[in-house]
Amino acid sequence: MELTMKVEKRLGAFSLHADLAISGERVGIFGTSGSGKSTLVTLLAGLQHPDRGEIVLDGECLYSSSKRIDVSPQRRRIAVVFQQPCLFPHLSVKNNLLYGARRCKPEHRKIDYHHLIEVLGLGDLLIRGVNNLSGGEKQRVALGRAVLANPRLLLMDEPLSALDDRLRFQIIPYLKSVSEQFGIPYLFISHSLVEMRLMAEQVLVVAGGKVVEQTDAEELARSRMGISPVGYINLLRLANPRRVGHLYAYPWGDGEFVLSAGNDQPEALFELSSKDIILFKKHPEATSARNLLKCTVLSTFGSGSRVGIVLSCGEGRLVAEVVEPAIDELGLTAGSEVYAAIKASAFRRMG
Amino acid sequence: MPSLTPSDYDAIRLSLKVALTALVVSLPFGIAAAYLLSFREFRGKALYEVIFNLPLTLPPVVIGYLLLLLLGRKGWLGQLLESAGIQVIFTWKAAVIASAVVGFPLLVRSIRIGMETIDQQLIQAARSLGASRFDTLCTVILPLSARSILAGSSLMFARSLGEFGATIIVAGNIPGVTQTIPLAIYDYVSSPGGEPLALSLCLISVFITVVVLFLHEGLSGKLARRS
Repeated sequence: MELTMKVEKRLGAFSLHADLAISGERVGIFGTSGSGKSTLVTLLAGLQHPDRGEIVLDGECLYSSSKRIDVSPQRRRIAVVFQQPCLFPHLSVKNNLLYGARRCKPEHRKIDYHHLIEVLGLGDLLIRGVNNLSGGEKQRVALGRAVLANPRLLLMDEPLSALDDRLRFQIIPYLKSVSEQFGIPYLFISHSLVEMRLMAEQVLVVAGGKVVEQTDAEELARSRMGISPVGYINLLRLANPRRVGHLYAYPWGDGEFVLSAGNDQPEALFELSSKDIILFKKHPEATSARNLLKCTVLSTFGSGSRVGIVLSCGEGRLVAEVVEPAIDELGLTAGSEVYAAIKASAFRRMG
Repeated sequence: MPSLTPSDYDAIRLSLKVALTALVVSLPFGIAAAYLLSFREFRGKALYEVIFNLPLTLPPVVIGYLLLLLLGRKGWLGQLLESAGIQVIFTWKAAVIASAVVGFPLLVRSIRIGMETIDQQLIQAARSLGASRFDTLCTVILPLSARSILAGSSLMFARSLGEFGATIIVAGNIPGVTQTIPLAIYDYVSSPGGEPLALSLCLISVFITVVVLFLHEGLSGKLARRS
């Protein structure tokens, strides 16, 4: 996907001045609520008209005030997945799914209905009424409906915000797999940094109606560490757990993590804040923390008043954070060795 | 209770025919007007709103007189119709026009209430899934406002059955031609000894209205269960 947008839109006291050029298959738009993310989405999908400007997607001009071009939403082939599932209450699950597919030109049809049902696990939902589905199921149907319209771009406007944490992380693999399996690029809009990192490679940061930064998800997370109350969140996909009393041990890097939030699932995603990692210069004699890992400092980065320490432990990577004086006291430079202590209860299972 | 006279049967038949025709003729325009006022922005929208609602606030007699001026032999529309060989004034068609004009705001208001409660994002979703405006109207907006269309139709039908003021001016009170139930009742009440006949027509009137209301409730319940 190659997208250039240079648009202006005034909505009451708020005005949007977006100027962006981006190419990629998985692009995120990050910003707080009221920053103009959703306006950007509606302008791109043609659901609102810019006051002036130009929108070009993959070489095709969708809107141009100077050339008087305004492609109608139904011809843009940009499907939107909204925060609310927006399923048609008067139609069955199947007819909801096929709403866009039936309106798609034969030459654009490339997505197989049965394959999609399988990928999204919708088989059991087909016979149920739309109003008898749970929030997560509804959002999966909405996603399927958007994909079956055979769009050239999927716009996901905070599709996970209305779901609770458990469901959110259950849906994410679906969002990613439909894009990968069916080759549809997406723009993922969210105010959640964790969602951004799980969903997007490149990220546009929107604030006050303007695109203020173009970066990648990892870089964004590091730069926000200093201002975020939760620090940098290490996202750890851990597998093959072993029970150790009431705790679970997951292989990681050279060693293993012992944690209390594990379960018997073969694989799970955990978050660990950079604030929950304590660094020691030498091996402490004894510690209540269940995890004591010998790590090598790969690099350091500044973020606000704090310093992020990128640690390596075999193949595993962790980001810890310290304040400036600790850097000198521990002599933390690239290549130095440290011991990282992490409590078993510091890991939080996502989903 | 005295039995009904042949002219009473005519009045009943005519009332139903006028009310039904007025509804059928008005419905597409009512839906179009409700759609435009609910979803589209255009210049002079407030003016159209006032014009559509005027028959609701004006006395029906005034509406009847204005229609007479418009459709009469000297009225510009009347002249146009006459040159095409169509006579409207003092025919059942005039009664239909009177009923349609007076009932139109009720129809539009009811449909609008339904349309305005539809989540805008459902419409946006339909558009982004490839549906044109007209397609969205047919496949999303109309099915979701079916209950309010039904409510508006019942209201307009019932209002047409009771239409008196505008009808008597523009269509007259000709038995067998333009005399609907209310006009027949008026005739009976104003002639000596006509009260019992008036009462039986009143009962018929109540009966028809009750049937319409029950029908509405039944259909509305069915639609509610479906969604």
